[in-house]
Amino acid sequence: MTIAFTVNGTAHRVTADPIRRLADVLREDLGLIGTKVGCNAGDCGACTVLLDGRQVCACLVPVGQAEGRAITTVEGLAASGTINALQQAFHAHGAAQCGICTPGMLMAASDLLARKPHPSEDEALDALGGVLCRCTGYRKIVDAVLSVGAPAAAIAPAAGTAVGARLAKTDGIAKVTGAERFGADAWPDDSLVLRAVRSPHHHARFTVGDLAALQARHPGLVKVLTARDIPGQNRYGIYPTGKDQPALAEGYVRHRGEAVLALVGDAATIESIRDDEVPIAWEALPALAGIDAALAAGAPALHDDKPDNVLVRGRVARGDLDAGFARAAAVAEGEFETGFVEHAYVEPEAGYARRIGERIEIVACTQTPYMDRDELALILGLAPERVRIVPSAVGGGFGGKLDLSLQPLIATAAWLLNRPVRCVYTRPESMASTTKRHPARIHARFAAAANGKLTAVAFHGDFDTGAYASWGPTVANRVPVHAMGPYAVPAVRCTSAAIHTNGPPSGAFRGFGVPQAAIAHETLMDELAAQLGIDALEFRHINALRAGDRTATGQLLEASAGLAQCLEAMRPRWHALRAAADAHNRSAPIVRHGVGIGCMWYGIGNTSLSNPSSMRVGLRRDGSVTLYSGAVDIGQGSNTVMVQICADALGVPASALRLVTGDTDRTLDAGKTSASRQTFVSGNAARLAGADLRQQILRLGNVGADAPIHLESGRVVVGSGAAARAIDLAAMAEDPNGDVLVGAGRYDPPTTALDADGQGVPYATYGFAAQLAAVAVDTELGTVKVTRIVAAHDVGRAINPTQVEGQIHGGVAQGLGLALMEEYVPGRTENLHDYLIPTVGDVPEIETILIEDREPLGPFGAKGIGEPALIPTAPAILNAIHHATGVRLRRVPATPDRVRAAIRAAQGKAAP
Amino acid sequence: MGAYLRPRDLDAALAALAAGNRVVVAGGTDYYPARVGRPLDDDVLDITAIDGLRAISRTQGGWRIPALATWTDIVEAGLPPLFDGLKQAAREIGGVQIQNAGTVCGNLCNASPAADGVPNLLALDAQVELASRSGRRTLPAEAFVTGNRSTQRRADELVTALLIPDAPAATRSAFLKLGARRYLVISIVMIGATLTPAADGTVARARIAVGACSAVARRLRGLEADLVGQPIGPGLAAAVKDLHIAALSPIDDVRASAAYRRDATVTLLRRTLAALAAP
Repeated sequence: MTIAFTVNGTAHRVTADPIRRLADVLREDLGLIGTKVGCNAGDCGACTVLLDGRQVCACLVPVGQAEGRAITTVEGLAASGTINALQQAFHAHGAAQCGICTPGMLMAASDLLARKPHPSEDEALDALGGVLCRCTGYRKIVDAVLSVGAPAAAIAPAAGTAVGARLAKTDGIAKVTGAERFGADAWPDDSLVLRAVRSPHHHARFTVGDLAALQARHPGLVKVLTARDIPGQNRYGIYPTGKDQPALAEGYVRHRGEAVLALVGDAATIESIRDDEVPIAWEALPALAGIDAALAAGAPALHDDKPDNVLVRGRVARGDLDAGFARAAAVAEGEFETGFVEHAYVEPEAGYARRIGERIEIVACTQTPYMDRDELALILGLAPERVRIVPSAVGGGFGGKLDLSLQPLIATAAWLLNRPVRCVYTRPESMASTTKRHPARIHARFAAAANGKLTAVAFHGDFDTGAYASWGPTVANRVPVHAMGPYAVPAVRCTSAAIHTNGPPSGAFRGFGVPQAAIAHETLMDELAAQLGIDALEFRHINALRAGDRTATGQLLEASAGLAQCLEAMRPRWHALRAAADAHNRSAPIVRHGVGIGCMWYGIGNTSLSNPSSMRVGLRRDGSVTLYSGAVDIGQGSNTVMVQICADALGVPASALRLVTGDTDRTLDAGKTSASRQTFVSGNAARLAGADLRQQILRLGNVGADAPIHLESGRVVVGSGAAARAIDLAAMAEDPNGDVLVGAGRYDPPTTALDADGQGVPYATYGFAAQLAAVAVDTELGTVKVTRIVAAHDVGRAINPTQVEGQIHGGVAQGLGLALMEEYVPGRTENLHDYLIPTVGDVPEIETILIEDREPLGPFGAKGIGEPALIPTAPAILNAIHHATGVRLRRVPATPDRVRAAIRAAQGKAAP
Repeated sequence: MGAYLRPRDLDAALAALAAGNRVVVAGGTDYYPARVGRPLDDDVLDITAIDGLRAISRTQGGWRIPALATWTDIVEAGLPPLFDGLKQAAREIGGVQIQNAGTVCGNLCNASPAADGVPNLLALDAQVELASRSGRRTLPAEAFVTGNRSTQRRADELVTALLIPDAPAATRSAFLKLGARRYLVISIVMIGATLTPAADGTVARARIAVGACSAVARRLRGLEADLVGQPIGPGLAAAVKDLHIAALSPIDDVRASAAYRRDATVTLLRRTLAALAAP
């Protein structure tokens, strides 16, 4: 059927099945990939376009309904060739982080602004309410929408002043025009399409039937991949000793959503095959759901080498615990529970692979190109050099794109078929098959002396690590180091266990178990403070780790331990907001107010493991500078931060640097985008590379260390005035990249191994933070509205304050979700309407206070912020609920029914 | 690939329905979410091109909300206060994208227990107009929905409109929705209500319906009867007793426990009445 409509003023006639989704036709048939698809169910709003001037989800519009109508997509906003005022406001405010929701946000806002050029905040919230964002915490988006048209000065820092400047994202324009290419946005024309067939059971055996018959019925089905087709080893995993996850299951599945087969063929064929047509005979087995089932006597072992289903244990012990509890004036104890939490990045996993001669190239979203390369080499049975990873733009990661997902399947298919193969996960597939935050069950006991000093902490956390190892060891090792909280404690015994179940693999998710532990330690800190009659903030201030203190692993904190400063900066807000809440509550209202506090610390980089980053920066004959950065920007802003750091180290304006990122053929290994390490570790590598290039230039010019550098076409001028010298670049030899001089830098944070008691130096530096949450609790309904967050973070140095704020806002939003609404139930909440994440209407005003207690080891003093941003939020909210109502929620999320039940129980009534 | 038909007149649509089973699609807001990752191979009747099914109109004795009227149309149609509750629901269904595409009739026909529009339609005493080649009939909305995802619509019928009878001019209406987040949220409980005062300031008539607490939204006739004759004022909310919701049969699900739904329903009923009784 031929359908005629206009897109961005241009008339189109397309021949398409009229029931196809408009979003698909825009993207696949018209190549307008600015419209993103996040769920195909109207739950996320990423595909928002204007249809005759009204915002709609293009995934819910049959293209047949477009007949005769006018569609506007993000590509239409900058039709004149320059970005419009709304796009400019997004760019200037840092309203786009990963950028996957940005087109949807822009279109929703365009609809509003066309009707209401100067909207109120409530009108903006209503207009944007249908678009989910997982990165920004929405506040900068709302700011941008409300400020459209207000003049914003362009930030163009001079040489040597980029660090600390609110530089707009170096990759930001593509995000507001829709030009950015995410995993699903580019593919070779002759690509085949791959779709995995997955287990509907949590635990099962299966046999595959007659695939030849299936292929005979569907001539377009080119290949059905099974485990037998994997060329190398059908096992992968994060740790060298933990490669336990098959790319395709071998007759046995350990979790719902595990890949069993992969169908490869033309797009129409692959779309037309129903899962129930694929001949698989299932024998469902009893599933180990949760920690108790996995540890029960007689429980089957899910992995032969883990007979008790315990993947790994962790331990940190120091001091005389019994003596510590014996001399305590107050002891607080409790058990805490958290569930699976889904990353819910708006971009489902996507990408393509193609074989080029005897090499394989994978273009997909990832947080870790070099680890992908090495893992895929094993799976394909190739030398690592024959695998090239080219990361697409990443539409949110948060740890969930550290593990392989579709890469083994598309790479195997492309390798065997010698055809490009692409794959885009559906939302339910992404949610069912990829990693989650570990559910935790924690028992902790905290003790303090009458003077308010902590005397002892005992902590044990069991973590449901799901079907496969993934990052379970990281969680088990990181938690005991942090589990006493950011406090000086003389006697500590913190232990952990990661336990296999038939849940989805629990992996890396912003904080590696520390957010769960923080709920325990911050609740118990509040309870101890109350027992001792000490203000909750002052109690934390008394115990705060400071430079000169030793941690529970025996590490001497030499510098940059800014929790006390965070608390001091927060103190006036704390007293004012607590007093206001108390005053409000005096009339015994139904909606009670509360203010709570949460603190955290977080080791930057991998735990006691070498995790180096290497960077190069090249100078070309034309005077341009190229930074080759292997650090993958997943929206958090490392592309901008690396440029700012390198530019200042080199001594040229940031605007002089071009960036080449991620590609394993063109950049060195900058490790994983995880553990809040990129600014600190890769930032140091970028600084060293810039300094190295600077030194080479100065040496050629034979000038002093402070001499200014001026880049010009064909030459570099060093020094100034009479001492100025010109270096002729035209005469210098070019390397294969076209560079004539190359600076290199490598940095590996200084750490040591931990002994059996967890003693040693697990991290080179730590981030610290305190957050305050104000809430309003409807005591009759149990609903909790967060009304204000104040977040004070010691970041060492804010390389880019706008981006640091963006990380804090986004972390707060995820912490709010953890506290109040997010719980993934396998098989039940595999979509974004049953699994709830905060919307624009759920995130309150966030005040950020940046404490810059310089880290001597950090690049220009900087530490990480990505994970620290999230950790204190949930405990601050839970403590605020307690302040408001007197009830303690020890299980998150604190959903309305749980809060109401706790309130009724406290009133002596049966739980509703 | 299924057949797709998008006729311009109603007769052609009814002929297609008479000729065989077709999935009826208007806003698409329920059709596509049920088919994520699955082939779109149903035979579809897309009714969005049919003339005369969009504009909300005044009729003799009431209002007509035709099959293609969207939630945004409800907000923008300039309807009287009788429709305040329905308008409030219109603003809380999905995001604006859903409100711009989704239809009131589709919300009813989809027959989700959590359909935000349905309690209001019950409180408005809406009648459902169905057309087929063999003629037209109307049914009360309350009788139309028979269970979770099931209605009285025969396969050869199309819902052409909702008919809302006039109520006395002083009739007020309200809608309260409880969800676990601000936007884009499936209700845990919702209440739709209308209240008609008598000349003496007491309740002449009340219609109150609860959604998401049973397979089909339900009127609370016991409560409605108990309210009649009560003075409209601050004390009205106290008329709500636990026994008024005894006929509800909420379930435990990921959004809330059944016990919580009962508890919250009583609170929301009291708040609804307090809002309706406010000067």
